[in-house]
Amino acid sequence: MPAFPKAAHEAVHNQTLRGNLRHATHTIRAKRANAVAEVSDWAELREAGKQIKDHTLRHLDRYLVQLEESVTAAGGTVHWAADADEANRIVTYLVKATGESEVVKVKSMATQEIGLNEALEAEGINAYETDLAELIVQLGKDRPSHILVPAIHRNRGEIREIFAREMSEWGRPAPEGLTDTPAELADAARLHLREKFLRAKVGVSGANFMVAETGTLVVVESEGNGRMCLTLPETLISVVGIEKIVPTWQDLEVFLQTLPRSSTAERMNPYTSTWTGTTDEDGPRDFHLVLIDNGRTDTLADEVGRQALRCIRCSACLNVCPVYERAGGHAYGSVYPGPIGAILSPQLRGTGSEIDASLPYASSLCGACYDVCPVAIDIPEVLVHLRERVVQGGAVTREGAKVVVKPAKGHAAERAAMRAARWAFSRPGALRAGQRVASRTRRFHPRTLPGPGKAWSGTRALPPVPAEPFRDWWQRTGGGKLPQGGKDTSK
Amino acid sequence: MSSRDLILARVRRALADVPRDDTPYDQAFARPYLREHGHRSVAETVDLLAENLADYRALVHRCTAGELAATIARLLAERGSAAVCVPTGLDPAWLAATEVTRVPDSAANTPAELDRVDSVVTACAVAVAETGTIVLDGSVDQGRRRITLVPDHHICVVRVPDQVVSSVPQGLERLDPARPLTWISGPSATSDIELDRVEGVHGPRTLEVVLVSGE
Ligand code: SF4
Repeated sequence: MPAFPKAAHEAVHNQTLRGNLRHATHTIRAKRANAVAEVSDWAELREAGKQIKDHTLRHLDRYLVQLEESVTAAGGTVHWAADADEANRIVTYLVKATGESEVVKVKSMATQEIGLNEALEAEGINAYETDLAELIVQLGKDRPSHILVPAIHRNRGEIREIFAREMSEWGRPAPEGLTDTPAELADAARLHLREKFLRAKVGVSGANFMVAETGTLVVVESEGNGRMCLTLPETLISVVGIEKIVPTWQDLEVFLQTLPRSSTAERMNPYTSTWTGTTDEDGPRDFHLVLIDNGRTDTLADEVGRQALRCIRCSACLNVCPVYERAGGHAYGSVYPGPIGAILSPQLRGTGSEIDASLPYASSLCGACYDVCPVAIDIPEVLVHLRERVVQGGAVTREGAKVVVKPAKGHAAERAAMRAARWAFSRPGALRAGQRVASRTRRFHPRTLPGPGKAWSGTRALPPVPAEPFRDWWQRTGGGKLPQGGKDTSK
Repeated sequence: MSSRDLILARVRRALADVPRDDTPYDQAFARPYLREHGHRSVAETVDLLAENLADYRALVHRCTAGELAATIARLLAERGSAAVCVPTGLDPAWLAATEVTRVPDSAANTPAELDRVDSVVTACAVAVAETGTIVLDGSVDQGRRRITLVPDHHICVVRVPDQVVSSVPQGLERLDPARPLTWISGPSATSDIELDRVEGVHGPRTLEVVLVSGE
């Protein structure tokens, strides 16, 4: 995987990609603002979401044990996986134990993170993605580029091509004379996938939330493919990161209000499924929960960085990010793109590789991501913290053990920049209240992204960071562009 | 060491800097957010439900209890349904005015058989006005989760006003987490192709909600 600036360099020259991204992010952004404005207690909900998640993380051992007990009591089986390989081995074993060689999958970032589809394929098991966007990505032998709309980089013509060419390889072919209207394309996907749903014996999912108190899992979705995978098969295997816990049933009242509005800008997503273990004669007879660490406990060990584990994967931060808008999701070299990816991936995987060392620079530190985040993750703060780690090295936790990482090579320039930034941070009097990191440090990287970001921003007219906080400038000018038409595609 | 013990030990080590704190959860922090948004009369709450359901492309009908059987019969006829799936505990009077073939909900029905059913009629557990959501909890008048998923047409009856709450917090309070729940806000939809919304990818493409009032 090339470093972010190199990957982004290619992306910014792809006109289709940039056009699609701009249209999509601006559309969702405008809609989201309306959906949030409808809820007068948004600030309180956001604060409560933050507190619930922080509390859970601070007592994560206790809640994990409680969750295990309640899931088991409800008829489920809990498995623990320290890393991706172990998770893949467990799922493969469970699928093989059913005697089946295919599974249907609900869109899940955790299974993408661990490369489950590839691991299953290596063992002769076909995993079918059933979310429309994931299907487009899978058939196109492609990678997702957005958390919520993974095929955001494809337009309808390309999707028609992919369906017409690939569907017959996997099952029911695309209808003759398929056009590129979204309704016809969705219908082709419906027919293609329905034959898989109706015969599926094993479903694989993630979960948006797990309730420790009751052992309940929650999946939030739109299409109904989630419901198909969660209820039609005989065996259900859910692969979930250990940070997805909330303590009580009541806590869902916060997240079921903030997640849909932040993510698809809807009052409520079309379908939410909750299940607690197994239910007699309704849904799977066998339920397995695979809890994965895979770098999460290392992230938890970082006092500044652990807040990234509050993330509920709403994708709001992607849609407001000026860097994501231009670079696209692929440039981040991970299943977690955008601002959250820039802080999560280098923590989950460490900053050893070129891509991970460059991700903390994949940002203009404008602060828009923090403003929209429904659990108030201070992404700029973590970015600056991670930059410091990249350039200075220091003590970190990897696979549960404390290690000292060396400064990354070839970062002398940023080392200087970071020393200068620390000078500013150590003089609180120099900081005006309410200012965010961008304006605090702007003198050190005014026109281009520093270090590895320089090559990237050199190819782009990155808006100069003005004296006013960039965030304010961004809001005032709509990112230096005239306001978009703001076509509301939901109606 | 098992992975379970390994992960729990890592978590504990990772939290070494966090001071011990045994405050009970309900006192750990405040919940200053609202129980509902705005003050509405009962009638206004029902109106809001209807409005938000319609905004998300559900077809909303209103009738009295006396008109319910005729309403359901009409909706099935307009749709040209030949077979309707019926939860075991559905009030038989609701379907008294239609001749459409009944397919009783049963564990023995295969998904492929359900796929040949045109419509399904169910009750619900609760409806949330502020979000335009109906919630099914698998009770005998609602049936298994899959019967409201595989057929292409779902008619859901909401008794107003007693099954209607204002908000998500009020809805959750009424629900039993031990039951499998399905929250439905409009028909199945996707915006995955250039963000153009298309109804009905995998779930029912048509959701009709009948708000029934009175005895
Ligand atoms: S970091 Fe915040 S805004 Fe970004 S995806 Fe996570 S929860 Fe959403």
